[in-house]
Amino acid sequence: MGEGSMRVILFPKREEKEIPGRRRVADVLKALDIIPETVLVAQGSTLVTLDEMVEADAVLRIIPVISGGHNGEVCEVS
Amino acid sequence: MKCVKCRNKALVQIRRHNSAFCQPCFEEYFTNQVARAIKEEHMLTHQDRVLVAVSGGKDSLALWDVLLNLGYETAGLHIHQGIFDYSASSFEKTTRYAESRGARLITIDLGAEGDLEIPSVAGSTRRTECSACGLIKRHYFNKVALEEGFTIMATGHNLDDEAARLLGNVLRWQSAYLAVQTPVLEATHPRLVKKVKPLFRLSEYETASYAFLRGIDYIVEECPFSHDAIQLQYKEVLNRLEHRSPGTKQSFVLGFLREGRRAFAETTEVHLKECLSCGYPTTGEVCGFCRLQQEVQHARSGVRK
Repeated sequence: MGEGSMRVILFPKREEKEIPGRRRVADVLKALDIIPETVLVAQGSTLVTLDEMVEADAVLRIIPVISGGHNGEVCEVS
Repeated sequence: MKCVKCRNKALVQIRRHNSAFCQPCFEEYFTNQVARAIKEEHMLTHQDRVLVAVSGGKDSLALWDVLLNLGYETAGLHIHQGIFDYSASSFEKTTRYAESRGARLITIDLGAEGDLEIPSVAGSTRRTECSACGLIKRHYFNKVALEEGFTIMATGHNLDDEAARLLGNVLRWQSAYLAVQTPVLEATHPRLVKKVKPLFRLSEYETASYAFLRGIDYIVEECPFSHDAIQLQYKEVLNRLEHRSPGTKQSFVLGFLREGRRAFAETTEVHLKECLSCGYPTTGEVCGFCRLQQEVQHARSGVRK
């Protein structure tokens, strides 16, 4: 039986990657060399935790949590 | 993974607390963390009028959302910085959120404030975009709050922001900055408004999770000028440490506030005067904002300093 590939959409550029087979969310992030604390992982309209097993035909959105720089959060302050 | 409170399926895992929450329990946890910060740090009361700096990003909109839900009297302050499509999108998301909550939004358009759009200011002075932006925003945050009769200025700085700023200040031993790195800055002059950071106990991951789950449409893109900001590099280092050792950022920031800051505050004296040009408090003769305006005027009239 063919495994297929899950589609992973990396925001904000909406770059798409394909990851073969069903995997835990933590393994998807590892394959993409992403530190878990730096992103939200969304499936449909909800979030998924690192231990969640994702099916091979799933679509995941990976959204960075470091945003802006617009409110003094990440800009130099002096 | 199950919610530690109700045992339903968890959507948000918080490793530093060894916890995970379903959506309703996470929203409750998040709100409680803000309420706890407000209470323990004596940030504000229900008698205060609170001006919330809202950029259109996840932190500021999440903060405004929680303060509205907790019943505080708030208005938003958005500074339109003239940073191309980024500012247009930020303004649109901020406006849409304010309308959805029926909340008052005050907007300062830097283009209408003497052509102070950030790209233009940086282009005509020797300052970086981030330096000009921080200076201009701080000026308007205080000015608008004071002129509009607000007693509190609230910003959406989160735990990651505070940890990155602390790391930067420690690496350079910036004693004066360390002395005032605190979630509450009291109004130490009649023309200064008290400033608070009610999200300082919550990580960037938590504020993003809250905004996502609450359906808040926030701007995900980074400011185009922030891509090489040093604070982003500090955040990256801290995130790697946090991944290896959950709780690192929290113990760094809360430990500093508990154990370290007082030593810097006790040895740093700040003498405020009133700016000869605008009258707002400053440590020099002329405040940074007025000096910036002068630099812009000189540059645009072809006068070299």
